[in-house]
Amino acid sequence: MEDALLLARTQFGLNIGFHILFPTLTIALGWFLVAFLWRYRRTGDEAWLTTYKRWVKVFALTFAMGVVTGITMSFQFGTNWPGYMNHVGAIAGPLLSYEVLTAFFLEATFLGIMLFGMNRVSPGVHLVSALAVAVGTTLSAFWILALNSWMQTPAGHVMEGRQWIAADWWSVIFNPSFPYRLVHMLLASGITASFAIAGLSAWRLLHAASDSGAARTLRAGIVTAAILVPIQVFVGDQHGLNTLHHQPAKIAAMEALWHTERRMPLVLFAIPDEENKRNNYSIELPYAGSLILTHSMDGEVKGIDAFAPDVPPVTPVFFAFRVMVGMGVSMLLVSWYATWRTRRGQAAPRWLLWLLSAFTFSGWIATLAGWIVTEIGRQPWLVTGVLRTRDAVGEVGAAALGASLTGYVLTYLALLIAYFVVLTHLAGSGDDRAPGPSSSEKAKGAA
Amino acid sequence: MNEWLPVIFMVLMGAAVLAYVILDGYDLGVGMLMPAASHEEQSIMVSSIGPFWDANETWLVLGIGILLAAFPQAHGVVLGALYLPVVAMLVGLMFRGVAFEMRIKASGWHRELWNWLFWAGSFVASFFQGVMLGRYITGFEAGLGYWLFAFVVGGALCGGYVLMGSTWLILKTEGEVRAKAIGWARWGLLWVALGVALVSLATPMVSETVRDKWFDFPRTLWLMILPAATIACGWWLWHSTGQLRSGGSSDDGKPFLAAVSIFTLSFLGLAYSLFPYVVIDRLTIWDAAAHPSGLRFVLVGVVIVLPFLVGYTVYAYRVFGGKTSGKLYD
Repeated sequence: MEDALLLARTQFGLNIGFHILFPTLTIALGWFLVAFLWRYRRTGDEAWLTTYKRWVKVFALTFAMGVVTGITMSFQFGTNWPGYMNHVGAIAGPLLSYEVLTAFFLEATFLGIMLFGMNRVSPGVHLVSALAVAVGTTLSAFWILALNSWMQTPAGHVMEGRQWIAADWWSVIFNPSFPYRLVHMLLASGITASFAIAGLSAWRLLHAASDSGAARTLRAGIVTAAILVPIQVFVGDQHGLNTLHHQPAKIAAMEALWHTERRMPLVLFAIPDEENKRNNYSIELPYAGSLILTHSMDGEVKGIDAFAPDVPPVTPVFFAFRVMVGMGVSMLLVSWYATWRTRRGQAAPRWLLWLLSAFTFSGWIATLAGWIVTEIGRQPWLVTGVLRTRDAVGEVGAAALGASLTGYVLTYLALLIAYFVVLTHLAGSGDDRAPGPSSSEKAKGAA
Repeated sequence: MNEWLPVIFMVLMGAAVLAYVILDGYDLGVGMLMPAASHEEQSIMVSSIGPFWDANETWLVLGIGILLAAFPQAHGVVLGALYLPVVAMLVGLMFRGVAFEMRIKASGWHRELWNWLFWAGSFVASFFQGVMLGRYITGFEAGLGYWLFAFVVGGALCGGYVLMGSTWLILKTEGEVRAKAIGWARWGLLWVALGVALVSLATPMVSETVRDKWFDFPRTLWLMILPAATIACGWWLWHSTGQLRSGGSSDDGKPFLAAVSIFTLSFLGLAYSLFPYVVIDRLTIWDAAAHPSGLRFVLVGVVIVLPFLVGYTVYAYRVFGGKTSGKLYD
């Protein structure tokens, strides 16, 4: 039973973690594409169209990865967590249905026109199609985050027989953590897409001869990131305060705070010792924890001991939170420096291009770390205070779960490698490169 | 109203599944036909489904979404019992969906690899959808015979999708591809005839519930309209492809329409066999139905959104109406 629970969680966690990479990128990339098209329409500058055509391929590829892994998820709700549907299906089901009805069909249908219909519809209709795709991806984030937030901070539900039903849909959807989580996630998507655009453009500037489009998208990416990252720091802080109010045990795990304290220090680094409920090798900043969480030097913060035994595992939550914040800080520094360094049309030096290339998927790391914090931080609950994870797991045997887990891992590994190969290929070469000496050389080499 | 809600949602779920089987059916079928075509033909074939496959697969998510929202009890039972075929189908769909994008951007042996994965993924997904259907009809009974039946259904569904795919290609392509597709459609039809006949005969044999519903005079006489109409559509398909081959007619839409009719009729027969069960002999739609509060909430959304959804889907098909040009990303 415990084995099956662990395997079911590993499998679902793996799938959802793999899936989230792609929507995180496409949600904001869709809006970037609308912006590129809009600029082209307004200025008539062909370079914007070339830029659009380049990035729409990245979008299509990423979108397809999101679709196929998303379909897998829709099945895994039932295969891995039948108890979830039995107990809260009357709430989760409708929210997922709305996501399919309002978002999935919209984005999938107009994606066809956006990708392949440029010569078949008027420029206006094409722009509207791109807009519909961007709206669709954002709506899908709206619904799935409404459900996820409801699982974190449930509201508006009542018990009827053995299952929970919605008493008030408005309260279910706009539950206490939803606005924070939605904005936090949309900003995460914006930052992820900004760094992906900047990084791939930098890669292109390093590997292709000359491409004014790439210099332009590089600048668009880093400036957007430089604007969005500080907003994200503020929103993240607000989200944290919201979590402190509704899920204090998660905050205790994030800070590795074992005992309730006033004048709580901020633990910068430590090795949490779950056995003895203390931190080893910790580096602390006095008073800073209380100051950040309660905005007062001697504010009281509840520790793990106050919530036992319903507490999440501390170590993964603690470290994931530090990875997320660490990535956030480095993204802030990189985006601000790069923005300043490329001011007034100055070209970025090669070392900066390499740095930005290295940061291409920094948003993914931060986003995954954030999801680990919030999802593991919710344990042992699947729906906080309503349903425990272990009460939702199915009766599929450990053997079948193990076999399918192996299948999924191999599939995801293959898909991810292929994704990177094609992405590097798209960034490094391509059909619309400005003709230069190196391109003809490469063509000879290939022939 | 509340007693009717499960019926309404069963109809909606059925419509979503039928839409899925027809729409993704043709693009899965095109995928399975890839090895039978030359390189240039493959490009044209893939172009013909390019703008649609994403939205086509969304119908599957809608079907599963309704199962989950409207019949949560059944959702767990069905997907738990179908665990391994579902995983196999999903892996197939993943490789296939991604291969679609990858093969356009790759060259050399990479492209060959993605072409192969596109074919293999389409085949695995189709076959295991059939296996799922076979397991579902027999109420997930254990035993070699039941599994054998499921594998036969898997093969038959592949034949059905090949028929959908080839009639789609007749409709959407010209020249050599179209000529080949006419031949494929006739082969596919033979497969389908065999598959439908086998499944129609075997289902009443393996399930007493189904037997009682079909063999109950004088109702049986009325029910014979379904198989009779299916046979008529089969003949229509055979005849119209024959005419197209000899150049006696140029209506390229007829075979596709006939194939859609065969699928719809078979689906109606199946729906009649199963009603009112959502899990045969175990859960009726009323046993498994979700609480009315959730169903009413979803129904409001369906009523508002569905007209738009159908509207822009039709629009997209019109934008890409007529014969396919060989180039994607033009």
